[in-house]
Amino acid sequence: MPQDTAANTNRDPFAGIAPVKNLSGFEINPLYGPEDVKGIDFELDVGLPGEYPYVRGVYSTMYRVRPWTIRQLGSLGPPGEANKRIRQLVGMGANGISICLDMPTIMGRDSDDPLAEGEVGCCGGVAIDTIQDMRELLAGIELDKISINFVSNSQSAVILAMFCALAEERDVPWNLLTGTMQNDALKEYQAQKSYYFPPRPSMRLIMDTISFCIRNLPRFNPISISGYHLASAGATPLQELAFTLANGFTYVEEGIKAGMSVDDFAPRLSFFFKVHNDLFENVAKFRAARRIWGRTMKEKFGAKNPASWRFRVHTQTSGSSLTAQQMENNIIRTTIQALSAVMAGTQSLHTNAFDEALSIPTPQSERVALRTQQIILHESGAASTIDPLAGSYYVEALTKQMEEACEKYFQTIAEMGGVIACIEKGYFQREIAESAFRYQRSLEKGERIIVGLNKYADGEESQILLRELDPEFEKNKVAALKKYKEERDHDLLRAKGEELRAVCTGRDNVMPSLISAVRAGMTLGEAIGHMRDIFGVYREQAIF
Amino acid sequence: MSPKKTFRILIAKPGLDGHDRGAKVVARALSNAGMEVIYSGLHQTPEQIVNTAIDEDVDAVGLSILSGAHNTIFARVMKLLKEKGASDILVFGGGTIHRNDWAPLEAMGVGRIFSPGTDTREIVTYLVETLPH
Amino acid sequence: MSRRKSPSPEELVEKLLSGDRRAAARLITIIEDQSDQANDMMKMIFPHTGRSMIIGLTGSGGSGKSTLIDHLIGRFRAMDKKVGVVAVDPSSPFSGGALLGDRIRFQSHAIDDGVFIRSMASRGYLGGLARGTTDVVRVMEAMGNDVIIIETLGAGQDEIDIIHLAQTCILILTPGMGDDIQAMKAGIMEIADIIALNKADLDKANLCLSSLETSIHYGMDKKKGWLPRVVPTIAFASKSTDIRGVDELVQAIMDHQAYLHETRKIDEVRNKRIEQELGLVFKDEVEKVVFAGIKGTGKKRQYIESIRAGKSDPYSVVKEVLSTFLRV
Repeated sequence: MPQDTAANTNRDPFAGIAPVKNLSGFEINPLYGPEDVKGIDFELDVGLPGEYPYVRGVYSTMYRVRPWTIRQLGSLGPPGEANKRIRQLVGMGANGISICLDMPTIMGRDSDDPLAEGEVGCCGGVAIDTIQDMRELLAGIELDKISINFVSNSQSAVILAMFCALAEERDVPWNLLTGTMQNDALKEYQAQKSYYFPPRPSMRLIMDTISFCIRNLPRFNPISISGYHLASAGATPLQELAFTLANGFTYVEEGIKAGMSVDDFAPRLSFFFKVHNDLFENVAKFRAARRIWGRTMKEKFGAKNPASWRFRVHTQTSGSSLTAQQMENNIIRTTIQALSAVMAGTQSLHTNAFDEALSIPTPQSERVALRTQQIILHESGAASTIDPLAGSYYVEALTKQMEEACEKYFQTIAEMGGVIACIEKGYFQREIAESAFRYQRSLEKGERIIVGLNKYADGEESQILLRELDPEFEKNKVAALKKYKEERDHDLLRAKGEELRAVCTGRDNVMPSLISAVRAGMTLGEAIGHMRDIFGVYREQAIF
Repeated sequence: MSPKKTFRILIAKPGLDGHDRGAKVVARALSNAGMEVIYSGLHQTPEQIVNTAIDEDVDAVGLSILSGAHNTIFARVMKLLKEKGASDILVFGGGTIHRNDWAPLEAMGVGRIFSPGTDTREIVTYLVETLPH
Repeated sequence: MSRRKSPSPEELVEKLLSGDRRAAARLITIIEDQSDQANDMMKMIFPHTGRSMIIGLTGSGGSGKSTLIDHLIGRFRAMDKKVGVVAVDPSSPFSGGALLGDRIRFQSHAIDDGVFIRSMASRGYLGGLARGTTDVVRVMEAMGNDVIIIETLGAGQDEIDIIHLAQTCILILTPGMGDDIQAMKAGIMEIADIIALNKADLDKANLCLSSLETSIHYGMDKKKGWLPRVVPTIAFASKSTDIRGVDELVQAIMDHQAYLHETRKIDEVRNKRIEQELGLVFKDEVEKVVFAGIKGTGKKRQYIESIRAGKSDPYSVVKEVLSTFLRV
């Protein structure tokens, strides 16, 4: 720092230095000071945690009274294997579990579907065809004690039906079940692409699940409006913020259209964010999200219940930031990202294993991921105070910047006719593809450095212990499924199928018929098949 | 007057996986490098991919696979290409394909596999140097 | 990976005539690359062409062209006709490369032996087609395709024009995109034999439909014989039962084809196509001769300098070149 002499006071010490931009495209100043936070009214705009507009945190005591939920992914192809993993993680101290589905299940296909060949149980996802699989998956898990997060989307209604049917079998009252379902169709059209039906029927299914949960599973969050996948597809943190919130507001509008009162369902809406490498940008993103959500819910939608104003979020560290080269570097990246999420006030957190770029975690890498959160919680001091970066000139300025840029996106989306119209016009897909391409270019031009990848790369290979999936698994699963299908009451099944189709054609809530259908042994693929026939299929425009 | 050879490359996404960010970024990079890139969209079967490769007379096919089912898919594609007398089409790939699987794929006749984070210029160079002019 | 074993030109053409797809695909590449054997091959192919139904579809991006083509392919296949499709997209003027993604919409037909789909980049040509498109269509005819569908973004203002290549030209418009007004102003109506008003379920569809029909009615020369037909369509719907207008579109195509054949207008159309091809080949060959003569002699540079120095002009230069190489 240059000395403050008479000769220096007129010369800008930063003149001529190369500008630095964060991923969202904002230029980061070398120095922030009081001028950067001049327009901010700390009492009104920032306030206290647990108080509107919740910038500093959705609860007044945050981690001092209850730490964030350590929610790690716990699934592996065979439901029996996944069950072992879940029990292991619970034993190690996780109080929430995320369950990923295998690709066929994600695409609404049973394990014996010809399209599923070679992909059953692949990539850390569990194959769920029937309620029997659900039984095996959650054997020995206390459904009223452990929070279960199903990473399910277009098949959510079916998964929820199986979950409810299982709880019934085990005499666990539905109102004690806790957890989440992702159940976010809008981001599928925008980024993840595991959609089935067109937007209207997808909205109907989502609203059915939400209203069903409001009435029957009050502790279960029926939707996790996701930015993570948008970011993985290439969205910048700013775009993730803007598009996720826009989607959230669209769901609120749909809920109101479906006849629900905003204060009935808004408290059930939760979010899912990614946290990338820039610690400060992420903290600003979360804080801006809370402020925008709170304000809009109160002022635009007229919500009266404070629970409707609170932006609650699950966070996952960035999978796409991890490198296949020098994999141990990923431990550091995950640590920084996790620290950022904690300082940003997340409600739950998943930390990636360092070998995520190439495979499903090994027990060792999983343990490191889990310990990362525990060390941050117990040793770093970051959880000892709420919203530790509040008041920082940098972070407050950045929060405001992100909020303002976000409003501009909202305006554009509104002008184009709303989120669904924008999806049909390919707007989000274009924005995201553009960001993805720009990011790749910046790496190749050396404007952005990824250590071990485009700098300090040494061509050396990391030694990984691969966890192989038993190749017999697919064969066995298919055989078991065939047997299960044969042993069902076929007449009952047919009746359930007709009932389901009738409900889909009409306007009643699908959940009751789905629950009785899965109890009668209807497979996920069959249920989705019926729905596809009635609702139709969505096809997208390819955008680069 | 024979103008410079323009390479035609098929970028394909086999199977159920819908993660197309990498495929699209590579497609765009190859096209920026002067190649004609045919992108056949999501959820393609090996049969669709091979037929497309043949009808489009591509010089190479790039498979983007993040589902873990790469061994099955590559084997199917290589077999079909051979059956249809098109083994001269170069097959390469990317996605989440572990290094341990590269040697067996190479033994099948597959070209290079690119790890996540590969500089797209490397892929361009590889194609330009490997494909016959 | 083995090097390509090149069959002889005769072998390739023989295979093509028997319907071999690989041969057809290879031939198309040879044509696109303007390789030396291309001309000889075209000579061999020509006698086997000229009898297919050729349909052209133009329309802006997002109008639903590709989705309509997907349906048309299905309908023609149901009539047991073999279908060839050429989808043309622009090459980047900067990189020379191209992103060809039209076929995504009709990929379900990729496993049908009776369908042959080829994506072409314009390779510097403006107006919607590529230099090789006319020859590629001939190749597809020789291959045995009964129907050939050409998809392009624009109707040309260049040496190659879809309206001279296709027998039945279909223009795809959508309501409210402003195309309808533009189209009327540009007189593009005179080019289209059929106008498909796609996304006919959208807001201003009925308004659009009536203004199109009015324009045609008042703007057209009644003596021409065929009044462009406007067909409302809904090419994309999530349920196949909600798709509309495809049968009517096919009927319109068949009616137009019947009109062409019954009035013998088809001969005029075929003549226009040949005229266009003659023009293209002529221009290419003349250029080849001239460039072959001048290449490497430094003469081109000399001519340019002398024009710049005011000692000559382009007209005198060309006259001299032509008289040297063409004995004109």
